[in-house]
Amino acid sequence: MNDRLKIELGRRYRFSASHRLHSDELSEQENRRVYGKCNNPHGHGHNYVVEVRVSGDIDPATGMIANLMDLDGCVEREVIEPFDHKLLNEEVAVFRKHVPTTENLCKEIYQRLKHFPDAKVESVRVEETSNNAFEYAGEELWDRLAVQQKGKGSD
Amino acid sequence: MIYLTRKLEFSASHLYHNPALSAEENKRIFGKCNNPHGHGHNYTLEVTVAGEPDPVTGMVLDLKELKEILEREITYRMDHRFLNYEVPELKGQIPTCENIARVIWNLLEPKITKGRLHKVRLYETPDLFADCYRNGAHGA
Repeated sequence: MNDRLKIELGRRYRFSASHRLHSDELSEQENRRVYGKCNNPHGHGHNYVVEVRVSGDIDPATGMIANLMDLDGCVEREVIEPFDHKLLNEEVAVFRKHVPTTENLCKEIYQRLKHFPDAKVESVRVEETSNNAFEYAGEELWDRLAVQQKGKGSD
Repeated sequence: MIYLTRKLEFSASHLYHNPALSAEENKRIFGKCNNPHGHGHNYTLEVTVAGEPDPVTGMVLDLKELKEILEREITYRMDHRFLNYEVPELKGQIPTCENIARVIWNLLEPKITKGRLHKVRLYETPDLFADCYRNGAHGA
C-alpha cells in the first residue's frame, strides 16, 4: 500500500458533427454490408461527448493539476472549434483518408491533445451516443504512424 | 477480484484564493472561483472498494457498513459546509476537486478494512471530476 497516490482530473466536453462511414477500399455492396445505415451517402450526425483525463502533481499554490481555463482553451482550439458543426469526412483532413468511426475519432482527438503542456493526457473517451463509448490511452505504434502521416502532409 | 462502488452526494461551498498571491494574480488564475463570498456545488462521490467476496456472506464488505463510514467521514464533515473554513483537513489548501478527492482518499483509506479502497472519484459538476487511486491500480 506504499504505492504513490495518483490524482487525475477529468473534464467532459461536447460537440455535434456529421459523418458517413464508407471505405474506398470496399465495394459499394461491402460498404453497405459492413456499415449498414451509417453508410447512407448523405451522412448523419451525433452529439458527441469527449471525456479527457489528465494527471500530474497538484501545484500547492493553486491546488490544481492543470488550470481548467488552459485545458478548456486547448480542447476548444484543438477539438471543438475544428469539429463542432462540421462534416467530419470533408472538413477534418485526417478523415478524408480514414473512416470517421468513433474509434478513429478517439485516436485523432488523443493525438491533438497529447501535447497539452501542463499535464499528462491519460486518456480520451468519446461517447458517440449514450450507448456507445470508446476510450484511447495512446500507444507507441499509433503515435509513430501518426508522426509519419503528419510528415506526409495528411493533416 | 470484485470492485464495488457506492455513491454519495453532498453540497458544499468553497472559494479559491491563495493569500501568498496578489489580488490580480488570484483573479487571473482562479477567475470567478475567486469570488470572496464563495459559491457552491452539488458534489457526487463514487467510492470503489476492491476485494474478494466472503464465502459465507457473499459480500466484499457490508454496504451498510460502507454507507456508515461514508456518512461519518464525509457527509458529516463536508455536507452543507464551507469547505475553506469548516473542514480542518483542507486548511491551507485550495479546495479544488483534486485536493478534496485527495483528502477524501486519506480519510477513507484507513477506515476501510474489509477489501481495500481502490478508487475515489469526486464530481464537482457532471462535467468535472477528479480520480484518486494508488499508482498502477487504475482500471475498474
